[in-house]
Amino acid sequence: MREFGYQRAYDVSGALALLDGDGEARFLGGGTNLVDLMKTGVERPARLVDVRELPLNRIEPAEDGGLRIGATVTNSDLAAHPEVRRRYPALAQAVLAGASGQLRNMATVGGNLLQRTRCGYFADVDSPCNKRDPGSGCPAIAGEHHNHAVLGASGHCVATHPSDMGVALAALDARVSYETASGAGELSLTDFYLPVGETPHRETALPPGALITGVTLPADGTAANSRYRKVRERASYAFAIGSVAAALDVRDGQVHDVRLAFGAVASRPWRARTAERVLTGGPADAEHFAAAADAELAAARPLPHNGYKVTLMRNLVVAVLSELAEEAAR
Amino acid sequence: MPPSTSSDLTLSVNGEKYTLTVDHRTTLLDALRERLDMTGTKKGCDQGQCGACTVLLDGRRSLACLQLAVAAEGREVTTIEGVAEDGRLHPVQQAFLDLDGFQCGYCTPGQICSAIAVIEEHAACWPSAVTGDVRPEAGPPPLTPEEIRERMSGNLCRCGAYVSIVQAVARAAEETKGAAA
Amino acid sequence: MTTTTQGNATTQGNAATTTRESAGTAIHRSAGTAHTRVEGRDKVTGAARYAGEIPFADLAHGWLVLSTVARGRVRALETDAVLAMPGVLTVLHHGNAPRVDTAFVGMMGVPPDPSTGLFQHDRVPHMGWPVALVVAETSEQAREAAGALVVRYDREPHDVAFSARREAEAYPLDGHMPAVVEKGDLEAGLAASAVVVDAEYTTPEEHHNPMEPHAATARWEGGRLEVVDSNQGTGWVADELARLFSLDRASVRVRSEHVGGGFGSKGTRAHQVAAVMAATVLQRPVRVVLTRRQMFSLAGHRSPTAQRVRLGADADGRLRALEHRSLNQTSTVHDFVEPSAAASRSMYAADAHHTASRLVKLDVPTPTWMRAPGEAPGSFALESALDELAERCGVDPIELRVRNEPAVGPVSGLPFGSRNLIACFREGARRFGWAGRDPRPGVRREGRWLLGTGTAAASFPTLAMPSTAALTAEADGTFTVRINAADIGTGARTALTLVAADVLDVPADRVRVHIGDSDLGAATIAGGSAGTRSWGWAVTVAAQELRRSLAPGADIPPEGVTVRSDTAEALGALALKERHAFGSQFAEVAVDPATGEIRVRRMLGIFAAGRIVNPLTARNQLVGGMIWGISMALHEEAVRDRASGGLYGADLAGYHVAAHADVPHIEADWVDDPDPEDPVGIKGIGEVGIVGAAAAVANAVWHATGVRQRDLPIRPDRVLAGGDA
Repeated sequence: MREFGYQRAYDVSGALALLDGDGEARFLGGGTNLVDLMKTGVERPARLVDVRELPLNRIEPAEDGGLRIGATVTNSDLAAHPEVRRRYPALAQAVLAGASGQLRNMATVGGNLLQRTRCGYFADVDSPCNKRDPGSGCPAIAGEHHNHAVLGASGHCVATHPSDMGVALAALDARVSYETASGAGELSLTDFYLPVGETPHRETALPPGALITGVTLPADGTAANSRYRKVRERASYAFAIGSVAAALDVRDGQVHDVRLAFGAVASRPWRARTAERVLTGGPADAEHFAAAADAELAAARPLPHNGYKVTLMRNLVVAVLSELAEEAAR
Repeated sequence: MPPSTSSDLTLSVNGEKYTLTVDHRTTLLDALRERLDMTGTKKGCDQGQCGACTVLLDGRRSLACLQLAVAAEGREVTTIEGVAEDGRLHPVQQAFLDLDGFQCGYCTPGQICSAIAVIEEHAACWPSAVTGDVRPEAGPPPLTPEEIRERMSGNLCRCGAYVSIVQAVARAAEETKGAAA
Repeated sequence: MTTTTQGNATTQGNAATTTRESAGTAIHRSAGTAHTRVEGRDKVTGAARYAGEIPFADLAHGWLVLSTVARGRVRALETDAVLAMPGVLTVLHHGNAPRVDTAFVGMMGVPPDPSTGLFQHDRVPHMGWPVALVVAETSEQAREAAGALVVRYDREPHDVAFSARREAEAYPLDGHMPAVVEKGDLEAGLAASAVVVDAEYTTPEEHHNPMEPHAATARWEGGRLEVVDSNQGTGWVADELARLFSLDRASVRVRSEHVGGGFGSKGTRAHQVAAVMAATVLQRPVRVVLTRRQMFSLAGHRSPTAQRVRLGADADGRLRALEHRSLNQTSTVHDFVEPSAAASRSMYAADAHHTASRLVKLDVPTPTWMRAPGEAPGSFALESALDELAERCGVDPIELRVRNEPAVGPVSGLPFGSRNLIACFREGARRFGWAGRDPRPGVRREGRWLLGTGTAAASFPTLAMPSTAALTAEADGTFTVRINAADIGTGARTALTLVAADVLDVPADRVRVHIGDSDLGAATIAGGSAGTRSWGWAVTVAAQELRRSLAPGADIPPEGVTVRSDTAEALGALALKERHAFGSQFAEVAVDPATGEIRVRRMLGIFAAGRIVNPLTARNQLVGGMIWGISMALHEEAVRDRASGGLYGADLAGYHVAAHADVPHIEADWVDDPDPEDPVGIKGIGEVGIVGAAAAVANAVWHATGVRQRDLPIRPDRVLAGGDA
């Protein structure tokens, strides 16, 4: 780990001033990902601006009746919050499915959104990686990729985004707020992450030097009937090989409203809008759910060793939507 | 002028204040082990992947290997050396000892610190990934073996003492509940 | 000495010494009842110090630099820039390191691991080969400087592609078992069989990953080399360090009081050699700790295996022919064989019986012993094949094993010391509720889960190695045992306390046991499930001798009365026999066919593993072995990247070991099976718990789904692919 300077900020303007647009400086939140990446040499900042003590640690009602979650709210406080559990259960479940109790106590909402892929080639500085070292190549495509992307990847990078929380936020139409020295801005969660294309090292649409200040969930009746299911190769304390966040409103046996997002299949939380279109207005049954999943997954471009993810996601969509439909009927 | 790469700071550990100068690269884990000679907190992976370095930070279980020491200033650190009171083992420690909740002992301080927090988190009605219904109206889930296993999963034990660890956590939780009642 | 009963008493946790009056004399019995660990309080309070935790004044920190190519030569190391970095004291490499001698056969009967021949040449035989050591004042400085060291290589093409297709170039090698053993006409036996099972099984490269990383601190003190280390035998490490550095054995002392797990990985390895080199060059204490990632190339591993089992049987399941072939990998610089096929030699009777373990040399780190070397992967193949044969014959899997129970060693013809395998199955079947099991696969559903049960046999050789012990009757009425044992989590320290107390006929709290110091004398290592048996033998002999030499009521002089024992002669006199521990494994699993997730719901192991000295710690250790079986069946897999030759995801997030949530309630228990020759009756329990456990899980997965999973680990994608992935 390279030597670095450390400064602690106590308010947003102070944090932005300390960062001062310095490309070699990084905001430090919970540190659960950044400190690890600094140890392995993937990240080599010259300066850290500690934002953990910014007054952004509250969850409060938003003006439109939704919920505003501060950027420094820890994952565990988010998952334990009664309003989150009542109105957005998929979000609580997604957060609880991630990492471990210790890591959830440390990790912040803002940091979770900015966490880097867990692709083993990315983490190994001795290995080529277009995301870490643009132009060096992607060994995963011809190498180990059984937990890599099947949707939206490119010939430059097939890494997946590791967040569970982000998948639920994508399904729940969350918006990300940020501030820069020149003012505040907002992005929908789905626009927050950039497509891979030829620039896998460019991951988010945040302006340079911007600080995430919070996430806003819209008021949404459908979200109360939502669920997150995660499949992994160990029952806990492991990243997903596939996950689904879904919210469903069924009326008279028909899908009235639905939100669907996939995790661990793309470089970003994957909002399954094609499936949503197929689902909406159709019958709330397993056959229709499967057809919708197939429509979404028609765009999948699996590699030789991750084709199982297509089957997995199809089955997960059917299972999760069937459970939600059953619950709605209760 | 390049920023200073070290700081003078005061760490509060187990109720005592310690003043030291740290290289900013120093993690809380290394500060405890190498600088304060508190080696009860273990380094199993140094990457947040095993839980051996679990300490309580302002009462919440955290991984000391991913916590920079400089960023821990102003927070209260509780390590395995600080959980017994007046020489009396904490109920979790006693249960681990009695029920043989360990073999080699290296993951044990982390398991114990984690278990202390698990019991408190459960008492605060936090749900877990195996809680069937997370809505607050559903009420707190009983602390079943399945709940304990999920909540303790951030602490790996390669010897495989999991079965007796879960029994120890369950016993300590019962005792804690009894004591609070 | 009267024999005490032992067995299935439930453990209550608190140390218990039963005392009863007999003919007016108090008789103390500690062994056989549950005792908490004598060092337990230190371990739950954090007071127990492990190797990297003993403070030293003026300590310097070494950080190893590992190769980033899988084969080639070190062309240049740009050390000047690194030497100028803050705190850096020296950089050791093949151009300046002290010379070591690796041309010897060590205590284990094999040459030292090639990575202990540190910095002796410029050749790189595998990814992660140590090429330099950076020593600095602090570990942060050493780490950063090690990362900054530019090493230039002449890269050569490498080959790390292990697969069954490499069999043509493989060669047999006798390791701790003979490579090839043949009896009878295999092809004729198969041809005459009504039923033939012919199946291939694979297991992946596996890594020990003890929770405590390898760590050593070396210093010169009064003309002696002192090393504080984490290992499975300080005598073993001291002996090899003395030979490597051409030192008088008496001038080397290695201590290892608490060891955070070993599982076969903690012998003499690069970190101790590096620490000794640096301490010698700098003349100050130097500590070298492996990172978790470094452990994946420097701590050894279990070879992947490609196994083929052919079973020929009559319609009723009686075997005519048994063939078990295993292909394993080793490095280009050292031969180590995982003797997976040898595991079949003592299990089942068959007229034709062929077993062979072969090797293919690849540009990979050298494999080593890992918990139940040979038996763990070998039993997965053999016990899965038995289950397939049971299915084909329509015979209950337990009954099939009963029908093939041998009277003597199936190949050796030697008598068994004791063989209580069938008793384990009978007791296990009763406790697990096996009777009335519907043998049809894929017919039990509970919500999204398919349910199934499976069983498998376990066995592990019973060994004893020469050891010495010293036992002192102290003037204050207490006793001190000095034996160079290692407690790597096995509970050996506590077991030896109980063994000594019983022979001396005193309560256990009157006995202190000192272990983990090469100055304590010669003793075997914690390995081969033979530690507690071997050490307990030496302690018993010493205690018996001490009792004889102490006149009742006589005063003990201030320096105490000490007797010494050496078991070499007694062990040498043992007749050739088939000596094994046995066991039966039972598992129930739930499989979600939609997602491929597998959950083990319960497990039971019943073992015939000699006299159980401390039921509390023994149960824990046996259950721990079974958890290794779950972990092997469902999770563990080191993935070697063919392009780089290194591992993909070499850390505990990439290499999954079972976590709490993967492990259900597991029971381990035992039948009465005291070893007839061991003075305490011990056989050894360190490894038998893993044997057969993965097969029991895989057989249960078949029973749940109807699909045979012959490749480990049984990942969700393999379940989704129906066994074809």
